[in-house]
Amino acid sequence: MSKLVDKEIVAKKMPSRIIRNQIFKGLFFLSTLFGLLVLGVLFYRIITQGIGYIDLDFFQNFASRRPENAGIKAAFIGTIWLMVVVAPVSLILGVGTAIYLEEYAKKNKFTSFIKLNISNLAGVPSIVFGLLGLTIFVRAMALERSVLAAGLTMSLLVLPVIIVASQEAIRSVPKELREASFAMGATKWQTVLKVVLPASIPGILTGGILALSRAIGETAPLIVIGIPMFVAFLPKTIMDTFTVLPMQIYNWTSRPQAEFQDLAAAGILVMLVLLIVMNSIAVFIRNHFQKRY
Amino acid sequence: MKKFKGFAITAMLTGVLAVATACGSDTTKEKSTSGTGDTAAKLSGEVIIDGSSTVYPIMEAVTEEYGTVQPDVRVSVGLSGTGGGFKKFIAGETDLSNASRPVKDEEKAELDKNGIEFTELPLAYDGITVVVNPQNDFVDHLTVDELKALWIDNGKTKMWSDIRPEWPKEEIKFYSPGTDSGTHDYFNEVILQDAPMVANATLSGDPNILVQGVTGDKNAIGYFGYAYYAENKDKLKDVSIDNGNGPVEPTHETIGGDYKPLSRTVYTYVSNKAVADKEQVADYTKFAIENAGKMAEEVGYISLPEADYKKDLEKLAELTK
Repeated sequence: MSKLVDKEIVAKKMPSRIIRNQIFKGLFFLSTLFGLLVLGVLFYRIITQGIGYIDLDFFQNFASRRPENAGIKAAFIGTIWLMVVVAPVSLILGVGTAIYLEEYAKKNKFTSFIKLNISNLAGVPSIVFGLLGLTIFVRAMALERSVLAAGLTMSLLVLPVIIVASQEAIRSVPKELREASFAMGATKWQTVLKVVLPASIPGILTGGILALSRAIGETAPLIVIGIPMFVAFLPKTIMDTFTVLPMQIYNWTSRPQAEFQDLAAAGILVMLVLLIVMNSIAVFIRNHFQKRY
Repeated sequence: MKKFKGFAITAMLTGVLAVATACGSDTTKEKSTSGTGDTAAKLSGEVIIDGSSTVYPIMEAVTEEYGTVQPDVRVSVGLSGTGGGFKKFIAGETDLSNASRPVKDEEKAELDKNGIEFTELPLAYDGITVVVNPQNDFVDHLTVDELKALWIDNGKTKMWSDIRPEWPKEEIKFYSPGTDSGTHDYFNEVILQDAPMVANATLSGDPNILVQGVTGDKNAIGYFGYAYYAENKDKLKDVSIDNGNGPVEPTHETIGGDYKPLSRTVYTYVSNKAVADKEQVADYTKFAIENAGKMAEEVGYISLPEADYKKDLEKLAELTK
């Protein structure tokens, strides 16, 4: 009579299995530790270098040739202006596209071809979007080097990310919810507006905020469309020119004087805090509004 | 569920409102700026500058000072690089274009084609400084021919001993500014006569990366603007250049004088039409010339002789007549 479990064989194999378990546990721990260590070193360097420059003046002064007078007023406010354009444009277009693709579009080859291309777009180098923005917004539409031109360019850059995230969120809404809505006599539009969208809002906003975090960190497309480095004024309308934090940081890091490197570190700190705040909001939204079906 | 809907709608509405208010303020602000521009002494309007990252610190300093004289003139300075700046200048998008080398013939032809007349205004001197690692005790000076032999591409790995037989048989590591920089163009032109540069050179648009590269490698050689050497004298060793009259070290005194052929003039190019049509551009350019020398010194460049700035001013006066 054969036994279901041969204790002897199990006992023989056990030590090697435990060791294998330990090895992989160790490996995964090391890879986590590696990332954390790099982050720790980065934080340590930036904080020791930059913290001395962060005071009220740093936020109230424009850039200057004298490190002690230099500040990020134009860059900081400029970044916020950029967000004001990028957020609504990219969210409205992105969520709209995602709803169409998931809810309305026929499931045929053409639709999946479009979806494939959108995913591919997410991997296109940002400088290519800069060239696109230069040709379309700056030159053809004559928006010049305005907040609007830069905002539209950045919106294009982050659109694929938002569309893909929104698609995922919409797709994860259970079919039963839609069917229940239809069964109650709701139209397609009513279902989308009152059932699908509310259920997918956490996913959409999380993706949106992560996309916006990317938009505030990009330099290359802005340099290509000709956004200036030094401005000693704040934009008053979206047609005015401006500068942003990452450009200011980029410029400071390439200056010969060591003090500017410290200023760059201070700028990076401000940007890190801004990003952490934005990501925290994303996490908060996800945790607070998420409902599992 | 209701809470979500409320949230979604608020989020969307805020977005739309933000755009709407931004657009709304557009028209009102337009009026107020044109209103203040009436008085002759107080200027307003825009001055758009782009171009070389080498010239950028000078223009940043000038613009910072200009802000205390004419706070209502909105000056913006970009840094697309000399070549990138000219592309925008050719497209008529900028009023002034900074350049760390003279305008190329091809660029001139394109400017002609677009009917853009311009005036070249020298602003300061910069000395391209050739540097080696401080541990390198054998290289003290190089002749121009040796420099060419070092940097030209011959398809082979280069040893120090290829240049002078008494030098060690070790591979040379090259560090050079990127191909879009005017510094690279200038070096290529005067030292290599436009022949291709060694293919395995490390290229970087950020001179601080080059400083780090040369600092960290005993067999490294690199070149960049004098200001970067001046700030890192303790970490780098400069190489004197022999142009046939004995070795000359790049210093504040020799750049623009005996330090040849790596002394260069940095320029700004101003659109004649912009000077004639826009009072603020003319005024800014005048201010820039008057202050360029002092500002250049402050940010690590060498000022031109007084007479050269006078010449610039005369050229400008011609345009505003």
